[in-house]
Amino acid sequence: MSSTAQAVHHEEHHQSFFERWFMSTNHKDIGTLYLSFSFLMLFVGGSFAMLIRAELFEPGLQLMQPYFFNELTGMHGLVMIFGVIMPSFVGLANWMIPMQIGAPDMALPRLNNLSFWILPFAFVLLLSTFFMPGGAPAAGWTMYPPLVLQGGESIAFMIFAIHLMGISSILGSINIIATILNLRAPGLDLLKMPMFCWSWLITSFLVIAVMPVLAGAVTMMLFDRFFGTNFFNAAGGGDPVMYQHVFWFFGHPEVYIMILPAFGVISEIVPTFSRKPLFGYKAMVYAIACIAFLSFIVWSHHMFTVGLPLGAEVFFMYSTMLIAVPTGVKIFNWVTTMWRGSLSFEVPMLWAIAFIVLFTIGGFSGVMMALVPADFQYNQTYFIVAHFHYVLVGGALFSIIGAVYYWLPKWSGRMYSNFWAKLHFWSSVISVNVLFFPQHFLGLAGMPRRIPDYNVAFADWNMVSSIGGFWFGATQLIFVGVVIHCVFFSKQKAAARVWEHAYGLEWTLPSPAPHHSFTVPPVIDDSQLAHGDVSH
Amino acid sequence: MSQPDANVYYVPHKSRWPIIATIGMFMFMLGAANWLNGHDTAGQVILAAGALTIIGMMVGWFGNVIRESMKGTFNSQVDTSFRMGMTWFIFSEVFFFAAFFGALFYIRTFTVPWLGGMGDKGALTNGFIWQGFSATWPTNGPDAVGGSFISTSPWGIPLINTLLLLSSSVTVTIAHHALRAGKRKPLIGFLGLTILLGATFLGLQAHEYWESYVHLNMTLHSGIYGATFYILTGFHGLHVTLGTIMLIVMWLRCARGHFNREHHFAFEAVAWYWHFVDVIWLCLFLFVYIL
Amino acid sequence: MAAAANPVPWQMNLGKGATTVSREIWDLHMAALWVCVALGVIVFGAMFIAIFRFRRSKGAVAATWSHNTLLEVCWTIVPILILVGLALPATLLTRKLYNTSGAQMTVKVTGYQWLWRYDYISYEGKPVTGVKPIFSRLAWNSNAARQLDSGINPDSIVSRDGYHDYLLNVTHPLVIPAGVKVRFLITGGDVIHGWWVPDFAAKRDAIPGIMNDAWAKVDKPGIYRGQCYVLCGQDHSAMPVVVKVVPRDQFNAWLSAQEQPATLDRAARTAQVGPRKPAPAKG
Ligand code: HEM
Ligand SMILES: [Cu+2]
Ligand SMILES: [Cu+2]
Repeated sequence: MSSTAQAVHHEEHHQSFFERWFMSTNHKDIGTLYLSFSFLMLFVGGSFAMLIRAELFEPGLQLMQPYFFNELTGMHGLVMIFGVIMPSFVGLANWMIPMQIGAPDMALPRLNNLSFWILPFAFVLLLSTFFMPGGAPAAGWTMYPPLVLQGGESIAFMIFAIHLMGISSILGSINIIATILNLRAPGLDLLKMPMFCWSWLITSFLVIAVMPVLAGAVTMMLFDRFFGTNFFNAAGGGDPVMYQHVFWFFGHPEVYIMILPAFGVISEIVPTFSRKPLFGYKAMVYAIACIAFLSFIVWSHHMFTVGLPLGAEVFFMYSTMLIAVPTGVKIFNWVTTMWRGSLSFEVPMLWAIAFIVLFTIGGFSGVMMALVPADFQYNQTYFIVAHFHYVLVGGALFSIIGAVYYWLPKWSGRMYSNFWAKLHFWSSVISVNVLFFPQHFLGLAGMPRRIPDYNVAFADWNMVSSIGGFWFGATQLIFVGVVIHCVFFSKQKAAARVWEHAYGLEWTLPSPAPHHSFTVPPVIDDSQLAHGDVSH
Repeated sequence: MSQPDANVYYVPHKSRWPIIATIGMFMFMLGAANWLNGHDTAGQVILAAGALTIIGMMVGWFGNVIRESMKGTFNSQVDTSFRMGMTWFIFSEVFFFAAFFGALFYIRTFTVPWLGGMGDKGALTNGFIWQGFSATWPTNGPDAVGGSFISTSPWGIPLINTLLLLSSSVTVTIAHHALRAGKRKPLIGFLGLTILLGATFLGLQAHEYWESYVHLNMTLHSGIYGATFYILTGFHGLHVTLGTIMLIVMWLRCARGHFNREHHFAFEAVAWYWHFVDVIWLCLFLFVYIL
Repeated sequence: MAAAANPVPWQMNLGKGATTVSREIWDLHMAALWVCVALGVIVFGAMFIAIFRFRRSKGAVAATWSHNTLLEVCWTIVPILILVGLALPATLLTRKLYNTSGAQMTVKVTGYQWLWRYDYISYEGKPVTGVKPIFSRLAWNSNAARQLDSGINPDSIVSRDGYHDYLLNVTHPLVIPAGVKVRFLITGGDVIHGWWVPDFAAKRDAIPGIMNDAWAKVDKPGIYRGQCYVLCGQDHSAMPVVVKVVPRDQFNAWLSAQEQPATLDRAARTAQVGPRKPAPAKG
């Protein structure tokens, strides 16, 4: 560590609590803020899910009025997407990207602070709607008009909260792009970057392109509600379906925003514990780019039953099926990375393996839903609920947890308890399947999504699913324990290279990583990089 | 102006502005939401407080950055980060407008023809729900929402506005060349002219709105035409307003000699923004007014 | 008369349904499912072999290769071929799904918060006049049981044929003839709803101001049940779709009985959903 960095580090100790956390310009502190915030939100959104599963435990209404149930489903989705998955990936990006590319910090440190602090305020706006006359928005996370326009005072708050979240993630992504393109240490070519950086570089483009589109969609909604326009009213020449097109033009890339960084994380973890370089590095990069491009031309697969013209149905079916090809390439490459490796199964690897399996299952149901006629039977049923929870919980969330287990020792300088971490893993991976697999059956049997009450024929699988849900929810408390123990109480110090075969610049720094990573750009030694050899 | 250290990427230490900015934005939106929900006084007060906070924050934050810049804190790498920041910000703005253009295209290519009975779907939609409606543009829909109206001709004020904005793009470029050549007088002159052109544009646009509302009965309530027209031109106008304010700030900074031949990123950023606003207008002129 | 494919406890798969299209969709679904299972066996199989064979604890030494063009080309091309294999039948079937021509009967379906309204428009080439619209609400016994803390066990809601029809029965079902291609014109009266009978594979969003269509030709008489599938507000779970398919002669008799007081109902029938005002042409 250079002397300037030490001096700076020294200075940080004199910061007050307020200065350190509210006025921070440090990528690590801001990363911690992001991760802590999304951790908190995980439990907020999770408690909504627990209530939902409790009401669905058996047929009949036991706990709440149907309207409140609708508030819960919508808010669960919004909180999990904008409050958990997206911010935690930004948090990981904040922590890791500067360390992985040999940068002193993020390119625009003050902006970084702004991007984070918008979020808690946005969620205050959003969550406060529960206490308003008319309750929280109750039209699902997709907020389709005209239904959403029937809401009470919550609408304006919801729309402005979404604007704020949009601003936050756009600014965050601008920062990430600028950091990756501008702050790489000399000699760290783009095609030597860790896959995590690549995945975030491409994700950032998606964010910057589609969050404004969501802003546009909800702005039209705002005008329809408060300023007497007729965007979504056919009597005035508008069209409710137009909202859906604009929304899903955002919405589909959005789901890839939530999974591409996960691809990056998994591509870091699998080679480390296979002790073998990532198979087909370049193909992995191209696959991500390809998926990102295709994600702009598949949006109407969410709308197969709205009455699209036949040609559109067929086009969106083909483009959606096409997206499965690069996705498949990624899965094959991970498996091949493991092939002929020398595998060990530390906690991060367990999560990565579970990711591959669960994400692939979600991909399978995705391909089934891409087939228009089949989707007519799946659309808006529990089958798609199962699909997106496999990709978002088994996929995105598992990768985030895996990333935390992978890098937490680097962040905190201490090891966590292996026993509890493994317990957390096994309990999660079993319960998540108990929770979501039966939802495929329910959907195929015809149970629609977003209903608080159902026919007795659906009772059994719902009960199984609810039991899995409570189990999964309770299991996450172990995670809280593991993290708190590791950060504050663990006595076991972590080495600089926490994992024997972990390569990349972040592992050349001591654990815990110093407050400022690389005040002077490191000299790049290809053999110390995970992808130093770019002959392929 | 001292020379920045090319090897040290400037990482500012703690700043109070971001958190002030978020509080300002929060109050602004909280106030706006309350106002919209009919809590007028509370809403307006909070909104105004938010707006003032945001303005104060901008003055403070930008002032801070300008002082740093004058001290020579930013090396060329930092400069590149700023450039990337501005580029991608404009990129995101493009997509914001794309959402509304997309809405317009969708409505015009699909919805209105269907409501008017075109194609299989249109035959049903029109035959069973909206008999008698024939697809035209502009339209306020089968229910003639907002009553009959007249749309403005593109060849009056909009054409003049097009010429104004186009020439303002030229003048700002001339000003930029002057800045690079170190010629102060033409810089101040042409930048001032750009501001004048922008302000004139806004004046004419306001006049056009007034005409539409008062004489042509063409309002936000005028069905889908009024909706798309005002949301597109309105957000554009908002951007021109912002752009003009930014140009004024640049003019003041030029007058104070903040920029030199090499270092004038802020000026360039504003010029890019101005060109962007100009291009959006061309699309508007074509798709909203002419076609 | 219960239709074969009402949902049953512990059901795990899609029902085959009651129309040619629904059966073809079932075939497509099964084909896709088996393709997925096969791919899953290959991918997960390879992975688990790797997990058990190439363990460090068993002394496995890592290879150093990280590239194989042939392999990569293969696993790009082969999935494409498989997908083409699925896309072809799917495309043909989509066309069939969209082909409403040649329908002998037309019924207009309008979704409201929270009931369905059915209007008979035409039958055997002639407009149907004088038949009152059918308003199809949740059956009263289900409605009583679904209230919060009603104290009524949903399992106690049983229809005459013994089917436990909690939330899947209505006051007045739609009645259509067997063996007739029926075209459903589907729209919404307030917000978006979704009209769906799984056994018919007839499913379209009911969008206010826009008319969609779907069709079904059901050969077997019976009672077929579905639900609104697009979130439409608080009682979204309480607007089932129930269609009673009756033998054709029986239907004809029923229809002519309905048609008696023809004059009275003409006005009601033309009162279409949605506000209507003549639209002045504008320029
Ligand atoms: C092989 C790749 C995938 C394919 C072919 C695919 C296909 C689809 C299709 C066709 C639907 C619409 C289903 C319907 O509404 O009837 C859908 C829904 C959805 N997918 Fe995927 N998907 C894929 C991967 C993913 C990934 C990676 C994610 C996110 C990480 C994702 C998240 C979602 C979500 C959230 C929905 C539901 C949205 C809603 O209606 O609320 N999917 N997917
Ligand atoms: Cu999608
Ligand atoms: Cu519904």
